Amino acid sequence: MSTPRTPEIPENIVVSSRVRLARNLEGHPFPGWAKKADRIRIMEIVRPAVQLVEGMEEAYSQSMDNLTAIEKQVLVECHLVSREHAAKNVGSAIVINRERTLAVMINEEDHMRMQGIMSGFRLKEVYQLIDQLDTRLSAKLPYAFSPRLGYMTACPTNVGTGMRASAMLHLPALVLLDHINKIVQAVSKLGLAVRGLYGEGTEALGNLFQISNQTTLGEKEDVILDRISKVIAEIVKHEQNARLTLLEKNPRMVYDHIGRAYGILANAQTITSKETMNLLSMLSLGIDFALFDDLTHASVDQLFMDTQPAHLQQNHNNQKLVPEDRDGLRADYIRSRLTSVRRPRFAIPPRKDEKDAH
Amino acid sequence: MKCDVCKEAEATVHLTQIINGQMHKIDLCEGCAKAKGVSDPTGFSLADLLLGIGHGDTPPAEGQATTEVRCPSCGMTQSDFKKSGRLGCSRCYDTFAEPLAPLLKSMHKGEQHVGKCPPGRAENLVSAERLKALRRDLDQAVKAENFEAAAELRDRIRKMEQEGRSTKEA
Repeated sequence: MSTPRTPEIPENIVVSSRVRLARNLEGHPFPGWAKKADRIRIMEIVRPAVQLVEGMEEAYSQSMDNLTAIEKQVLVECHLVSREHAAKNVGSAIVINRERTLAVMINEEDHMRMQGIMSGFRLKEVYQLIDQLDTRLSAKLPYAFSPRLGYMTACPTNVGTGMRASAMLHLPALVLLDHINKIVQAVSKLGLAVRGLYGEGTEALGNLFQISNQTTLGEKEDVILDRISKVIAEIVKHEQNARLTLLEKNPRMVYDHIGRAYGILANAQTITSKETMNLLSMLSLGIDFALFDDLTHASVDQLFMDTQPAHLQQNHNNQKLVPEDRDGLRADYIRSRLTSVRRPRFAIPPRKDEKDAH
Repeated sequence: MKCDVCKEAEATVHLTQIINGQMHKIDLCEGCAKAKGVSDPTGFSLADLLLGIGHGDTPPAEGQATTEVRCPSCGMTQSDFKKSGRLGCSRCYDTFAEPLAPLLKSMHKGEQHVGKCPPGRAENLVSAERLKALRRDLDQAVKAENFEAAAELRDRIRKMEQEGRSTKEA
């Protein structure tokens, strides 16, 4: 894809964009109510159709009962499978394209949950991608659709477009300034939801927040996408302002957070994934403030992914480790990756009384 | 973080809800979350609150179940739906149309689908159905003397009729 990105919205605030469509087959019970035999039959219809559709060539396709707990969790950490789907076994499957931009969960809450995901602020581009896949699949599979209610879904909260569009935002300055609750409240009033890193019911880790639409009936897809895009652009502006405010009014506080994050990550002997995420968020902010000479967003993103529990275990001979062992392994890994990274260079403006003394 | 209910186990389910502009946060452990009916947090905030799940909803008495409406296609009853907040099949939307109507109205921006349709299959059907619904709404608005809404509906109907004509000509 060579579509230029919106220049005024830097990629380091909007981490990724995702659009998910819920679709079901006519004449079959929804997965949550279906018997095991029904679910297997549905999977036998849907899976080959998805594997053979244009755009899914050489896709990764696995039945959920064929995956180990670590493999499932790795897919969750990559945002390719939901936590609910990772708990599924016989009768559920996942199909992911080679670029990992498209993923179809078969027999999650609905017969199909298909998502498009890309890094940066590219909601409309992502929608086009998933819309194309959906259109191609609709030619092969008889969807449950009603002219009045649109695409029928297991949960009435998804009926209509069946579309959930979301963006992952990195908002450290709004958190440091304690403005995040106000933002969450304002966003909720606009009919959008704010959630944590792994979607519904999860904590906001690493200052990452997911913004998504709540309603799916009574509005066109592009209207929903427009509203959410506008709100995201607005939040990005607030985050940018919050960063400037921090640098202007309280550089010592924000530099302290970044300096300590570097100090801990470069020296810790044992560290949880939660603490790691929160500290990496500060390194990322440090990069945006140009404090690090040899650190890039790509390397911090890589650390973020590799230090999550399942990734860590997968890269460690696929061995299941107890949390204490993981924490030690994680600390070792981070230290090794930061050995060539020099400490941040702060340029704190002199305090007012210091200035007066000269 | 400890569970807000049992205050013992580690909280793994985190819910944030805005009720009347106030943010409420609840952190639950897996056991308590299940006990409160939050085992699947998907859609909990809206659907389940509106359905009254976890708010002292009493299950129907034994004998009552037999007289209950049952989906002819998948066999789901209304109390099954209330329990899980999920429907059994697409036919359930007809079977439970009555209890669903206020629910859909309160959780969505409208009651009529206006988005994408499976290409080539339902477009004509959809616009006819949509026009019918709009005309019905217009009648109601006029009856209720809600002229502002009526004028808006009239404009939408006109626009749709024009669009229909132009696509036919094309």
